[in-house]
Amino acid sequence: MKTEDVKKVLRYLRRYWLFLGLSLLLAAATVLFTLYVPVLTGRAVDLIVGAGQVDFAGVLAIGKRIAVLVAATALAQWLMNVCNNTITYHVIRDIRREAFDRLQILPLKYLDGHSYGEIVSRVIADVDQFADGLLMGFTQLFTGVLTILGTLGFMFSIHAGIALVVVLITPVSLLVAGFIAKRTYSMFRLQSETRGEQTALIDEMIGGQKVVQAFGYEKKAMERFDEINNRLEKCSLRAIFFSSITNPSTRFVNSLVYTGVGLTGALAAVAGRLTVGQLSCFLSYANQYTKPFNEISGVVTELQNALACAARIFQLIEEPPQSPDPPNAAVLTEVEGTVELSRVDFRYRPEVPLIENLNLRVRPGERVAIVGPTGCGKTTIINLLMRFYDVDGGEIRVDGTPVREATRDSLRRSYGMVLQDTWLKAGTIRENIAYARPEATLAEVTEAAKKAHAHSFIMRLPDGYDTVIAEDGGNISQGQKQLLCIARVMLCLPPMLILDEATSSIDTRTEIRIQKAFASMMEGRTSFIVAHRLSTIREADVILVMKDGKIIEKGRHEELLLQNGFYATLYNSQFAG
Amino acid sequence: MKNLLQYMKDYKKESVLGPLFKLLEASFELFVPLVMSAIIDTGIANRDTGYILRMCGVLVALGLIGLVCSITAQYFAAKAAVGFATKLRHALFAHIQSLSYSEMDVLGTSTLITRMTSDINQVQNGVNLTLRLLLRSPFVVFGAMVMAFTIDWRAAMIFVVVIPALCVVVFGIMLVSMPLYKKVQKALDRVLGTTRENLTGVRVIRAFNREKNETARFGQENETLTHMQMSVGRISALMNPVTYVIVNAGLLAILWQGGGAVDTGRLSQGQVVALVNYMSQILVELIKMANLIITITKAMACAGRIESVLQERSSLTGMAAVAPAGAASQADNEGSGKNLSAAAHPAGVAFCHVSLTYKNAGAKSLTDICFEAEPGQTIGVIGGTGSGKSSFVNLIPRFYDATEGSVRLDGQDVREIPLPALRRAVGVVPQKAQLFSGTIRSNLLWGNENATEEELWEALAAAQAKEFVEKKEGRLDAPVAQGGQNFSGGQRQRLTIARALVRKPRVLILDDSASALDFATDAALRKSIREMADAPTVFIVSQRASSIRHADQIVVLEDGHAAGIGRHETLLEDCPVYREIFESQFEKGTVQNASPIRVNEKTAAKKSREMRAGKEEGRQE
Repeated sequence: MKTEDVKKVLRYLRRYWLFLGLSLLLAAATVLFTLYVPVLTGRAVDLIVGAGQVDFAGVLAIGKRIAVLVAATALAQWLMNVCNNTITYHVIRDIRREAFDRLQILPLKYLDGHSYGEIVSRVIADVDQFADGLLMGFTQLFTGVLTILGTLGFMFSIHAGIALVVVLITPVSLLVAGFIAKRTYSMFRLQSETRGEQTALIDEMIGGQKVVQAFGYEKKAMERFDEINNRLEKCSLRAIFFSSITNPSTRFVNSLVYTGVGLTGALAAVAGRLTVGQLSCFLSYANQYTKPFNEISGVVTELQNALACAARIFQLIEEPPQSPDPPNAAVLTEVEGTVELSRVDFRYRPEVPLIENLNLRVRPGERVAIVGPTGCGKTTIINLLMRFYDVDGGEIRVDGTPVREATRDSLRRSYGMVLQDTWLKAGTIRENIAYARPEATLAEVTEAAKKAHAHSFIMRLPDGYDTVIAEDGGNISQGQKQLLCIARVMLCLPPMLILDEATSSIDTRTEIRIQKAFASMMEGRTSFIVAHRLSTIREADVILVMKDGKIIEKGRHEELLLQNGFYATLYNSQFAG
Repeated sequence: MKNLLQYMKDYKKESVLGPLFKLLEASFELFVPLVMSAIIDTGIANRDTGYILRMCGVLVALGLIGLVCSITAQYFAAKAAVGFATKLRHALFAHIQSLSYSEMDVLGTSTLITRMTSDINQVQNGVNLTLRLLLRSPFVVFGAMVMAFTIDWRAAMIFVVVIPALCVVVFGIMLVSMPLYKKVQKALDRVLGTTRENLTGVRVIRAFNREKNETARFGQENETLTHMQMSVGRISALMNPVTYVIVNAGLLAILWQGGGAVDTGRLSQGQVVALVNYMSQILVELIKMANLIITITKAMACAGRIESVLQERSSLTGMAAVAPAGAASQADNEGSGKNLSAAAHPAGVAFCHVSLTYKNAGAKSLTDICFEAEPGQTIGVIGGTGSGKSSFVNLIPRFYDATEGSVRLDGQDVREIPLPALRRAVGVVPQKAQLFSGTIRSNLLWGNENATEEELWEALAAAQAKEFVEKKEGRLDAPVAQGGQNFSGGQRQRLTIARALVRKPRVLILDDSASALDFATDAALRKSIREMADAPTVFIVSQRASSIRHADQIVVLEDGHAAGIGRHETLLEDCPVYREIFESQFEKGTVQNASPIRVNEKTAAKKSREMRAGKEEGRQE
């Protein structure tokens, strides 16, 4: 499982193998040069022994070498950083693109089954986290390991005894850090739990502030808040304080290492086995050596985290897509509007039967009203007609062609759809109306808006057709949004329609406009309407009465009333008073 | 920022001691190279092993003292930061609670929640790090320079050049890259927005076959993002190499000059090593400081946002009376509250030339409304969305204040009644049926903390909620999940109505709060409220003509104007707006049929089961 994910990450990296190789090479060079500089500095120090004992020529020669090395290191380091950036940002670009491509072909079943927030967080936050981990891994893990190995090599080559002292004492700092982390873990968990509790209360009280104020609950709310707040103070203090001991402690261990080097080094120097320059070189190594250890432990957790994020993204990318159109799929053109459903079975969840053996034949130009209580499966019919979902059994045919054998593209092009959920994209009104045909002229757009009875309100907006609709459409009302959705369909006006009448409260005048727009649209077109209005229902050629996902009655208004069944009850309760 | 500092005032001691101990630790750290240089010059040069051992003992002692100082500093810093954040959270929460509807509308709930949670956490972190590091890093940098001066002023001049150069590079790169990072964030937001949009609009996008275009647009935005990340990455990648070059140039200079000085005997070998050590200490601290400054800038931005919320003043005068922090206002709350609600008779409500303009709104939401409700009357309020229905009723409990004219309760201007007392007299059932986590009982007790079991059941019965509460396991003690998610929309509405009835209000406002109820339940509800002992004056706001047609008076609103006031029959004749609304809901043919409801509401109610009743159950899914 985990190695799987690593392999997948490597697959993405493979495209950038050149940069990757270069980055590794440059990292090795950087580390090597960086470590060599203290050696040179040490040698220079050895040439500055005392009054009258300074070898200026030697110092100059070493100085020149240091200068060259430093310049080379800086260049290598910068290039390495650029390489790492290039790899990381391109890899995540590729991953995001693939994830998005996948979103476009995933079956709605998947998208409906997952919250949008969750999917968005995979494409955005998880990918971001992955990038951070990857970048850190490149810049710190590899150089860190190299630095440790390199330092060890250099130290042992200079003086094995002192090197051993460093090697033995350093792990203590890791132990200390690990010990503290383990002890503070439960404190942090308590802190985040308490924070969660507090956020829940804040969420509830501020979200419901109008009620809080209306009922004068402020004092109680404040009491509850303070109780949690005080608990939070206590556990936060513990968590923050104890975790903040880590740095001083490791710093202390480092100073022990430093002292150890100083002591053994000085003693060795006294014995004449070490020069002062070499000692100064050791001292600077002792400072550097512990750093990568502390970093690596951080990087490892970061990488694990990144890998977990990558796994979540891969899950999304590898989700099986909807079945592709068959190779010889028919392209529906000039659709007349005959729709047949024969022996259709469908269920969202295998264990919950929903639609069973549904038969229906709709002739061109007929109106089908679908009625029934909410949750009875009215929208399921829309899902099946548009092939947002595929039937489990039976067949749907449009003009005699089974929809499974036609391209999704051409099938959907044949339907005009206005849903109750009025989705508009962030952009101008004009862009939205011309959504299906971006090349449409302003005259055409205006014409469509007029037919949809939307023109007059659009003209009253500050920038008319160029008014930008905010992401959530906050600047226009629900009813106006519905009119725009109608205009969007008006512009291309396909031979068949799927309409979902709004139940939500829309002001009466807009409501009347919407009804008029619907009526003019339906003229001569095969229409399926999820209906709430009596007039729509009465004028329908067929009424499908649905209950619990099943079509329990079917027929014209008068026929159904005569049957005196579920429809009659519904009708009497709602409209006859 | 300054205003936030007042929450630090209880932590003066900590905020001084924290950095102070940090400085102590840093100064001990600065002695280390000096000791080492002594080891080289005295210990090694004289082959004095005893001296070396003693000096190493000093090094360990310095380390230990440093450790103790540093831990003490961490404790004070943590205490001050956490305490500050706790006080700030308390103050902010109290402040938000005192804001009126107007401010809440402008600020928005989700913003306020972010301010309360992640913003304060950021500030806490910023304070903590500031106390720990802000003084330490510059101190070490300048300390190193000062120490260099104590060794040799000519060598120290190298530090005088190197330090500013490093500062310029570190802060210059930060200054350049920070705005670029903001741009990257914006680009990322766009990518996020597109992803979101494609998920919410997936049906429309597929219905119109726009997948390819959307993919192309996403590709473009993604590409822009990558491009920006690359360019800012190139700049910040300069940081390490350039500082490395500068520090090493400084080292070379020290070696060269130090060489000369040693040759003439002005400096010793050990002192040169000490200078080299000081030089390398500087770099580490400067990088730390750069990171610290990033954290502090973020924290400052958060602090600024928090402060702007704290500066938001409630637009309602007398709002302070409910500010929960004030203990004095509590007495006022209890005292006058009882007086007003003790007179448990319905109150008359009058609007005198009332106009209302919302904050930041261009146009008036209500214009010159004159209206009078007799005590005990039922008032229907109808009109299209945005016609001002909610604004109209929200003026009564002073959720907003009228910008012109006055609203009077029993002849007294509502602005002159202490707010807690006013709110106690008015029962509100808001549009959004909002319950709070707890139990049914704990929710009902919001209405009146001292309500008896009997009173709770009475309220439930009147709100048509008795039946389903009785069926719930635990009845009154049945749990309510956050937001009341475990109840259907209709059940939630009835519980919120019961909650308002528990207060035995003198004025009851139902703000479109029966929308999820079927017609029969709606009718039964209105009937039982009317039959309550001391029945309140009731305002019913509704989209449904059927809910208000039997009211004693109907107020028809259009665009904030009263298009008509009167009884159903009168309005039907001479108010075109009302007629239009009514006819759109009751087709002309059925208007006559509809009248029997009024005559025999009870039987009609029994028979009638609305088609939309399914909605109630549907919501639960």
